Amino acid sequence: MARGAIKFLHQGAVVELSQVGPNETLLDYLRLRRSLNGTKEGCAEGDCGACTVAVGTLRDGNLIYKPVNACIQLLGMIDGKELVTVEDLATGHDDLHPVQDAMLRHHGSQCGFCTPGIVMSLFTLYHDKGVADRQAVNDCLAGNLCRCTGYRPIVDAGRDACGGMADDRFSARYTTTVDQLTALDDGADLFMGDETSFFAAPATMDSLADLYARHPDAVIVAGATDVGLWITKQLRQLPKIIHLGRVAGLAEIRTTDRGYHIGAGASYAQAEEVLVSIDPDLGEVLRRIGSKQVRAAGTVGGNIANGSPIGDTPPALIVLGAELHLRQGDGTRSMALEDYFVEYGGQDRGPGEFVTGIDVPRLAADEAFRCYKITKRFDQDISAVLGAFKFTIADGRIMDARVAFGGMAATPKRGAATEAALIGLALSDEDAWAAARDALAEDYAPIDDMRASAVYRLQTAQALLIKALHEVGGRDSAAMRVIGVRHGEAAHAP
Amino acid sequence: MPHSVPIRTRIPPPGGDHTVGNALPHDSAAWQIQGSARYIDDMPEAAGLLHLAPGYAATGAKGAIVTLDLDAVRAAPGVVAVLTAQDIPGPNECSPSIGGDPILADGRIEFHGQVIFAVAAHSRYQARHAAALAKIEINEETPTVSVDDGLISGETVLPDYQFLSGDPDRTIAASAHRASGNLRIGGQEHFYLEGQVALALPGEGGVMHVHSSTQGPTEVQHLVAHMLEVPQARVICECRRMGGGFGGKESQASQWACLAALGAHVTGRAVKIRLDRDDDMIMTGKRHDVLANYSYGYDDKGRLDAIDVAFNARCGYSADLSLGVCDRTLFHTDNAYFYPASRVLSRRVRTNTVSNTAFRGFGGPQGMLFAERMMDEIAIRLRLDPLDVRKRNLYGPKRDVTPYGMKVRDNIAPRLVRELEKTSDYRRRRRDVRAFNKTNRFLKKGIALTPVKFGIAFTLKHLNQAGALVHVYTDGSVQVNHGGTEMGQGLYTKVAQVVAQEFGIDFAHVQITATTTDKVPNTTPTAASSGSDLNGMAAQRAAATIKDRMTDLACRLFQVDKRQVRFAGNRVHVGERDISFAELANSCFLERVSLSSTGYFATPKITWDRNTATGQPFLYFAYGAACAEVTIDTLTGEMRVDRVDVLHDVGKSLNPALDIGQIEGGFVQGMGWLTTEELVYDDAGRLNTHAPSTYKIPTASDVPEDFRVTLWDSKGNREATIYRSKAVGEPPIMLAISVFSAITDAVASLRPGRVPQLDAPATPEAIARAVRAMGDG
Repeated sequence: MARGAIKFLHQGAVVELSQVGPNETLLDYLRLRRSLNGTKEGCAEGDCGACTVAVGTLRDGNLIYKPVNACIQLLGMIDGKELVTVEDLATGHDDLHPVQDAMLRHHGSQCGFCTPGIVMSLFTLYHDKGVADRQAVNDCLAGNLCRCTGYRPIVDAGRDACGGMADDRFSARYTTTVDQLTALDDGADLFMGDETSFFAAPATMDSLADLYARHPDAVIVAGATDVGLWITKQLRQLPKIIHLGRVAGLAEIRTTDRGYHIGAGASYAQAEEVLVSIDPDLGEVLRRIGSKQVRAAGTVGGNIANGSPIGDTPPALIVLGAELHLRQGDGTRSMALEDYFVEYGGQDRGPGEFVTGIDVPRLAADEAFRCYKITKRFDQDISAVLGAFKFTIADGRIMDARVAFGGMAATPKRGAATEAALIGLALSDEDAWAAARDALAEDYAPIDDMRASAVYRLQTAQALLIKALHEVGGRDSAAMRVIGVRHGEAAHAP
Repeated sequence: MPHSVPIRTRIPPPGGDHTVGNALPHDSAAWQIQGSARYIDDMPEAAGLLHLAPGYAATGAKGAIVTLDLDAVRAAPGVVAVLTAQDIPGPNECSPSIGGDPILADGRIEFHGQVIFAVAAHSRYQARHAAALAKIEINEETPTVSVDDGLISGETVLPDYQFLSGDPDRTIAASAHRASGNLRIGGQEHFYLEGQVALALPGEGGVMHVHSSTQGPTEVQHLVAHMLEVPQARVICECRRMGGGFGGKESQASQWACLAALGAHVTGRAVKIRLDRDDDMIMTGKRHDVLANYSYGYDDKGRLDAIDVAFNARCGYSADLSLGVCDRTLFHTDNAYFYPASRVLSRRVRTNTVSNTAFRGFGGPQGMLFAERMMDEIAIRLRLDPLDVRKRNLYGPKRDVTPYGMKVRDNIAPRLVRELEKTSDYRRRRRDVRAFNKTNRFLKKGIALTPVKFGIAFTLKHLNQAGALVHVYTDGSVQVNHGGTEMGQGLYTKVAQVVAQEFGIDFAHVQITATTTDKVPNTTPTAASSGSDLNGMAAQRAAATIKDRMTDLACRLFQVDKRQVRFAGNRVHVGERDISFAELANSCFLERVSLSSTGYFATPKITWDRNTATGQPFLYFAYGAACAEVTIDTLTGEMRVDRVDVLHDVGKSLNPALDIGQIEGGFVQGMGWLTTEELVYDDAGRLNTHAPSTYKIPTASDVPEDFRVTLWDSKGNREATIYRSKAVGEPPIMLAISVFSAITDAVASLRPGRVPQLDAPATPEAIARAVRAMGDG
């Protein structure tokens, strides 16, 4: 029997709501229903972070807090989680949270409109066990735009307050919260609404397959970092929403004999933790996808499933030889990831069929991988060009090559002519690379848009190929890059 | 890594003697961090409040409105009223200047996104949803989109204007070296985090109370009254705080306030309008983008003989504030440099795009970027260190008259530049940069040290005035109100510090109140960096008037001379005795002495006459300098700012924490303007970058890891400003020109002697293009 109401933890108590529209956002719930106006709307598309709230979940029995953009988070997605907003951190001026106190002491607010979101992002860093160095604080704040301060005092506040053992009202009630969240995890399907309009969050793969087979017109939502904008910007009414967040096993990440299996429900943040071990460039690209907020909600599965030509993970996963798994009703099938992308806006996915996961192989000893993300702004920007390369090398020669780009065609696409021209090239013979570089122009005919011109895209794609060859050929990435240097990697000549 | 630590920042002492000059936190900081600082959209909603959404034609930028079918809009769920131009009782106009800005387009549109109607509904979603249902057809004419299009069409929003000194044509012709060129300078979206918002509450007898996120409450009041055809006295405009302004709410908050008031007038209910971010970016103006065409002549040492420059600014479809903005480009074409002869011309190009408006710096940054570009070009061509060229061209003895005839009397630029040259270790680092570039094939570094000199005052003389209202209550608490608005810059804090200082009381005893036209009338917008100069002085005068009365009473009561009365530490020392400030305040009431006063201030020495281009437009100049070091990737055009040193002059700081906040924030905002922030219009005149997903302001990681900001050790403003402080709001924007010059330097290293063709913003694509052009020919 499906549950007809969401239950979540807020201010220490379980909140139960049965009247939840499929398109109602968490931000609207806070501001319109609860008059909790501390959380602001700055852009309503998950780019500015003014609406950031913290969401507590259990992972392997541990309570972790992640930042979420409330503006594009559907209210139903909060089911089973703890919601923390800026109002919950302190009871007054004399009882400030360490993060708030540091923001005050460092003069971290001016107009103050971004401030609640920044406080909440830093709150999640405060509860993170890692170090809070400049890079960590910058990453934490990549999804929080501030137009007044120039960030310096905010970053100082973050470095000051975070990085130690958490000691606040949330750490004090840690075990109680864990118990409460454990109790909320009832394993039941969630279904609010009727057959014509609903928000559903199935608890098992079978019930997901069954529900989607019955409602192939439903919209599947993992993190809603894309679908959320259909609602807030295009004002589309999406009567049927199926949320993947509660499907048991769908967020699973496991080691396989070839590499890793990434469940379709695993967030970017979870995937980043393992994919970085395949290659630091893969980790760096994942670090630069969206922001902490986006990576906490969005998934690699969603990045693939929606078929965007500018998704960042597909080109990288394509050159790595990733395999995609889909399910439709009781049937499953698998395919090479590159075959999934048929045309602009068109993927090889049938009605009621959904992505269940992806297998990503590790690199072999004779393989070298490089990936570069080119954007106007380093953090939280959509790529103008994303180039991914995998070379199989023997005796200083390229024996096999896989090259794929995002932003260069209507889909993430491999460059057949380029790959062919690369095979046999000596990494020491720079003059010989020109043929491969020129072949790129046969493979790709990019377009002009607000992110870059076609000319720049093609020239940059060619430049990235040359850069990859230099690096794989032994040039230290520190001499090749202004960002994303491959630290700790000994420069070596092949 | 070291990072800037506010120097002279100290924990405020408990007493009031040193209130001014203390690094007090922003007055609202404690609420902001708890989410309890209230913005207009956070205010409790009156029963029956309606939400308003604007409607416009999805396609079309210019032409007659041939179809306006709003039936589906009216029939949509929750809709209560649909407003068109015909609903406006009075003039359909919300221009801050010469007119031409309809509140609702009537008959034709002049740019894509121009508001044609507005829909009031029970919820914001219903209003937005309904607005999208309109059937609008435009008889589309080819729009004039770019500056280049505008130069061809020849249309302007205002006549050309220029400064001419000496004989630039002949001087350039006679120069040892001559050069000419073009520089494209991009615009900039304000991206205040709180979008445009207004809330109108209709009162009895036609009174309209408007809460508006505006830098100019008086202007909103006047425009609402004008539109409703009611006396100004019947309209109140109030603003407690804005979630950022930056000039974007100087004139362009008015349209939304007018629409809310119109909705309230028509429906009799409270009406709120809060623009969606995309609508905000499409419907409101930006910093003017400019095409500068120039020629100049200089000697062997790189010293300029004469310049001749025309700035062609994209003003959009109407004049708005373009007169002042474009004038200020001319006023800052010299930056800190002496031009023996000059012609500086401004063309105010009309285009079918949203009307460009005020943005921090108000035209000045464009003029200055040109000046620094010229310095870089000269240095590259003569193979000199650009800093040497800059120093040789700075104003100095007998070289101290600007192109507009004002003598520079407070010139500290040479000393300030020398100081920063030393503290930033410029010369050694320049050598290091050269060494790096010799040994690195793909990455290139650049370094630049650039000055800023920014004129302080509104160049429209009548705007240089302010009023304040101070009340002392019988318990010794004090309330202050003034015409300045709070947009995050800390004006309220500074003014309250001034009042606390005047009365010798703790800052905490001064209650800050929202700016509202029914307390202090006839004010001017909070702009031109003048907020604390004007309002601080007005509030000080108001407080001083009350203090004089209190002093007189103390003299009477205690039979002492005025000179024996001193206000300090929340007490009033009267000869040998002292009483609390509160006791004296209460005595004033009992002795029937008024404890309330207004204060008024008009900036002295402003004599500028635009028609004759003579007189003094500024009271003084604010100075600063920045040294930036960058690394570029010549393969991709990507760029990283490695280190920035700033030395900035704020006179005697009223509050070093707030001043450093303005400097750092201004620098980063200026850096965004010149690097990642790119406005892209398509040929149909539609803005393609209308959301933060496509328009990229700096994030935390764009801030240089090594960022050192220091306040110039000033003996105080030589003009008698409030506590000898200097304005700080706008000047720091232009410190970021150092980043653009450093990028130019890095590109120039590829081929000594050749000037890079780098336009602003220096996006990766622009840098890559400039790099590739270095290899051509």
